[in-house]
Amino acid sequence: MPDNVTWLGTPAFPEAARTALGNNQLRTNLRKATGTIRDKRLAVTGELADWEQLRDAGAALKLRTLRHLDSHLVRLEEAVTKAGGTVHWAADAAEANRIVTELVRATGQTEVVKVKSMATAEIGLNEALAESGISAYETDLAELIVQLGDDRPSHILVPAIHRNRAEIREIFRGAMGEWGRAAPDDLTDEPRDLAEAARLHLREKFLRAKVAVSGANFAAADTGTVGVVESEGNGRMCLTLPETLITVMGIEKVLPSFADLEVFLQLLPRSSTGERMNPYTSMWTGTTEGDGPSDFHLVLLDNGRTATLGDEVGRQALGCIRCSACLNVCPVYERTGGHAYGSVYPGPIGAVLTPQLVGVADKQAASLPFASTLCGACYDACPVKINIPEVLVHLRARAVDEKRGPVPSPETLVMKAAAMTLSSPRRLGWAQRFGAIGGRLVSRGGRIGRLPGPLKRWSDTRDTPVPARESFRAWWQRTRGEGRS
Amino acid sequence: MRIALFITCFNDTMFPDTGKAVVRLLERLGHTVDFPAGQACCGQMHFNTGYRREAKPMVGRFAEAFAGYEAVVTPSGSCAGMVRDYHKVLDPEVDPPPVYELSELLVDVLGVTDVGAYFPHRVTYHPTCHSLRMLRVGDKPLKLLRAVRGIDLVELPAAESCCGFGGTFALKNADTSDAMLADKMRHVQSTGAEVLTAGDNSCLMHIGGGLSRLRTGVGTRHLAEILAAQEGDA
Repeated sequence: MPDNVTWLGTPAFPEAARTALGNNQLRTNLRKATGTIRDKRLAVTGELADWEQLRDAGAALKLRTLRHLDSHLVRLEEAVTKAGGTVHWAADAAEANRIVTELVRATGQTEVVKVKSMATAEIGLNEALAESGISAYETDLAELIVQLGDDRPSHILVPAIHRNRAEIREIFRGAMGEWGRAAPDDLTDEPRDLAEAARLHLREKFLRAKVAVSGANFAAADTGTVGVVESEGNGRMCLTLPETLITVMGIEKVLPSFADLEVFLQLLPRSSTGERMNPYTSMWTGTTEGDGPSDFHLVLLDNGRTATLGDEVGRQALGCIRCSACLNVCPVYERTGGHAYGSVYPGPIGAVLTPQLVGVADKQAASLPFASTLCGACYDACPVKINIPEVLVHLRARAVDEKRGPVPSPETLVMKAAAMTLSSPRRLGWAQRFGAIGGRLVSRGGRIGRLPGPLKRWSDTRDTPVPARESFRAWWQRTRGEGRS
Repeated sequence: MRIALFITCFNDTMFPDTGKAVVRLLERLGHTVDFPAGQACCGQMHFNTGYRREAKPMVGRFAEAFAGYEAVVTPSGSCAGMVRDYHKVLDPEVDPPPVYELSELLVDVLGVTDVGAYFPHRVTYHPTCHSLRMLRVGDKPLKLLRAVRGIDLVELPAAESCCGFGGTFALKNADTSDAMLADKMRHVQSTGAEVLTAGDNSCLMHIGGGLSRLRTGVGTRHLAEILAAQEGDA
């Protein structure tokens, strides 16, 4: 069964993170890569005097579009149809996979080339196609590394961020031959050599392909124009050479008009790769005789998005333009990497998107909103100002409420007892006296060391000060008498 | 000016010296400090952990305790942020009082950067996440520290990176928290500072707890305590 947003069998975040944190190579790769992208982004966003206004414009456009998503999508369907394309509606991953599989079958082909796409990764399209005997070849360099390595993507933009060039050489030498043109025996780990091996391997696929599958960064409802931005030109090859093009796009990617691209084509490259302009911007409007694919299909994917739209706080996550700036600045992501999130959408945006797409009843998805210190670096970096910390605490409340039952969990009991204590100055005063005595009983040299029970994880690596013998309020009462009550 | 002190339940219990320092400092600057005895907790821990139902009553109680004050000061960036950004979310009926984190009160409201402090130590400053990105205190704490006599203020590398505390995050995701703490401690130690300071004792308890466990010899001191310190203090 193909995955649907989350990867089957991934443990909850704390456990998955523990495994990832023990991988020293991963830690080194991530530290280097996120640090580099972070600095590049700061340089190119800092040079624009109107960067904040651009962010405001992007946020406003996205929120306004989401409020009237239904009518924009109908407009898009009309425009694409008029331009010679065919629009399909998919309520969930299974339906989208079925539509794409049938479209490929109708061509009589058994292989497709793919443009890097989050939507098709989200629905597990490659696995679904494989079940029907269709081979899907990833052509984005990083996606190719992931596919050849029988691996999972760990970053939205740079899915092989967890691999270094020595590892990539081993993957190319080991697996390229099984998928097509083999890598040369004397392949080095020089970037130029690795790129050349990938180029030769992929060229064979591009020239043979009759069907391509892509995602979309945007679609303009007024003209029916669909667009993909990328850095390598491999996407351009897929979008222009084959006869049939099938595009799977989340319904939230629609924009009211072509002119709105002015904002997003500035926000996206600066936030994602730290470039002023992305190297390849491909746009197509239906089909054009004698130029590019003669058969174009647009599959509009819901897969939990309408449900997300129904959440007034959570819906802002649908404004995401998949730039991954939030991943690169996140102190949690920088240390755990993407696999720990157990989803095609990792990092802060994944922590707010995944639980909404799959629901907080899922234990693994429900652990994701807690995978943050709420430090707010993601909100500062987001080009469309998604208030990720706000959505995180909102989803935490949904996750907690989902678990509330007739019998409270140990955590709920602790939180209820704490609320009783902390909401009353009198009860807080008693707790302080009790805590001061208890703290003294377990302390040594003015510090509390290792503790058993729920505080074990904290105290394994941190000393804790002893609660004060005299609380502040007791001191005030003693020295200043009655306060204003 | 008459200023109400919101001590926060955490400082009240664990770090009363920080509260005493705020009182001493503000009185030294010629202001009157009240401690409304009806105050307890702002509800941040419950709110941030998803227990909104439990946090909501604390919001009403907070507004009641501080009703009528034109300025409330607190030695905690994250509790100030909680009141300012989220009390209305929890209870739209409530009108939260104007709460200022200490450096905001001093620099913005009272218009002072030299508070007449003396602290002859090598100090590095960690800008806590909520001070920095919820309250946007910017360099106000640094302005105050630079004016302290005798201080040897050294810049903390990667200062704006989170220390990994995050309230219940440190318990729920202890391994990730440890990894973040390790990097923060490495940066603190690289400065050669004797004292790490910040505007939040929760972050300081976290980083200080790690520094203490490793016997690094680096201590922690809340910003208020440095600003309150004077010549002749022990």
